[in-house]
Amino acid sequence: MILVWVDLAGPEPDMMSLEALTFARGIGDSVEAVVVAGEDVASRLGAFGVGTVHAVSDDLLADFAPAAWAQCVVDIMDSLLPEAVLAGGSDRGNEVMAHVAAKTGLAFAANCVEVETGDDYVVTRMRWGGSLLEEARLSGATKLLTVAPHSLAPEEAPAPTDPIVNQVTPVIAEEDLRVRVTGREAPEGGVSLADARVVVGGGRGVGSAEGFRILDDLAALLGGTVGVSRAVTSLGWRPHAEQVGQTGTRIAPDLYIACGISGAIQHIVGCKAAKKILAINTDPDAPILAHADYAVIGDLHAVVPAIAEGIKRALAT
Amino acid sequence: MEVLVCVKRVPATGGRITLTQDQQSIDTKFLGFTVSPHEECAEEEAVRIVEQQGGSSTVLTLGPEVAVEQLRDAMALGVDRAIWLDGGEDEWDPEATAAAIVEAVRSEETAGRSFDAIFFGNEAADSGGYQVGIRVAHALDLPCVSGIKRLELSQGKATARREGASGGWEIFEVDLPAVFTIKEGINLPRYPSVPGRLRAKKKEVLRMEPTRRPGGLGKLRLKLPPEEEGQVQILGNGADAAPAVVEIMQQLGLVGR
Repeated sequence: MILVWVDLAGPEPDMMSLEALTFARGIGDSVEAVVVAGEDVASRLGAFGVGTVHAVSDDLLADFAPAAWAQCVVDIMDSLLPEAVLAGGSDRGNEVMAHVAAKTGLAFAANCVEVETGDDYVVTRMRWGGSLLEEARLSGATKLLTVAPHSLAPEEAPAPTDPIVNQVTPVIAEEDLRVRVTGREAPEGGVSLADARVVVGGGRGVGSAEGFRILDDLAALLGGTVGVSRAVTSLGWRPHAEQVGQTGTRIAPDLYIACGISGAIQHIVGCKAAKKILAINTDPDAPILAHADYAVIGDLHAVVPAIAEGIKRALAT
Repeated sequence: MEVLVCVKRVPATGGRITLTQDQQSIDTKFLGFTVSPHEECAEEEAVRIVEQQGGSSTVLTLGPEVAVEQLRDAMALGVDRAIWLDGGEDEWDPEATAAAIVEAVRSEETAGRSFDAIFFGNEAADSGGYQVGIRVAHALDLPCVSGIKRLELSQGKATARREGASGGWEIFEVDLPAVFTIKEGINLPRYPSVPGRLRAKKKEVLRMEPTRRPGGLGKLRLKLPPEEEGQVQILGNGADAAPAVVEIMQQLGLVGR
């Protein structure tokens, strides 16, 4: 049996947990799920072939508490002895699984894209944000792993199930509650980088903080937002919240317009989920072109305002 | 405030990765070395805390002797002292790495130095294991707040903020001592000054020989992901290409016709 820790995005299971459930069906003959503070999603998981949902609820677990949530997973592992425990490769998925690993003394492989099962598993996992892959042997009585984000599409099971819901009342140790969310600040308004349909990206080629005005204008015209390379945040031209890449935000817009960005591998892993990439660059040999669908060779300071003018004309007619 | 920062030497790669013949590592013949971006920010955060509140900062790495270069880089930024865990040439797995760091922290405690805060990067740029800091925290029975981008420390307490999955901030309050895994963006690291570099050269690096306790995740080989098939369509040169770009945007439904 494969046990999957399902995380929530609002009232729904999050996308990466659905990916993990899909992945789990590929490696085990039965799949069960554990959900903390979200028994309402239990019925939704039947579509993904989950036989039993272990729904843990307690007022103390209403908001995120990584060690305590991990202990809930450990308690269910202790009674069911699953072959493997999986989670989505989100920040929280990797965090909770690392706590499970530390508590149980088991090995843990983050961001796997493939698994060969056996007494030991042979996993293929992401390094360098996915620019490099590693084959590794994963041993232990129970295998712990997360599934690399977007390495497969979430797919419903051919035969949906009507899951049994096992209500679990946890025993929570004081020390596991030392770290928990004690407050939240709402996001600022505007289009979020992760969800934008259009991202206008700027790199070192923009030349200065002031140079970004034309990118801001173009993004506003398209109802999108601005994203930047690490060079730009390191120079202090734009805030880190706008950084696209391995140590910034992963984006998946319909169109990414990369202006004056050479295309370091750390940037590419952050933008390769874009449906289309348009590169605007003076250098026809810039690495970004190998990943782009379209390119304009030229100075972004001339090209970007010309595109903005073209859009205004198109909208006016 | 006593702050420990744990860092890892990684190649400063930005272009196409090439592997060594035996597929055990990246070919670094033409590459420099650095630490992960998250860890650079962790070093800067440690230096700022000590500048503001007094105490001292220590940087620690596990790796081959050449990794002392990254310890000197950290000291050039203002970190006070350095510990090198001599791990030889091979990469250590996450469990072995965590155990070695725990051993070093305990040895420091025996020598009379206890840390109020232990910093890690949220994940290493190369291996991306997402677990060493959390394993160390559990072994030392300390709380661990992961992925933080804001930190305030005062009077034995910490308030840490991290970005929520759907934007905004999640706030955590913990008692010190504690472990924090840090994300790039918490600060903008300074560049080392020339006097800083000179001072760092003269500082002593404490060498320790950690016990290696291999864990259950063993690297077999590295491989490059399949090349993306794709052909770029050149839409034109300079501003003259704008109409072709607008037409593509219209085809994609991003600009009304």
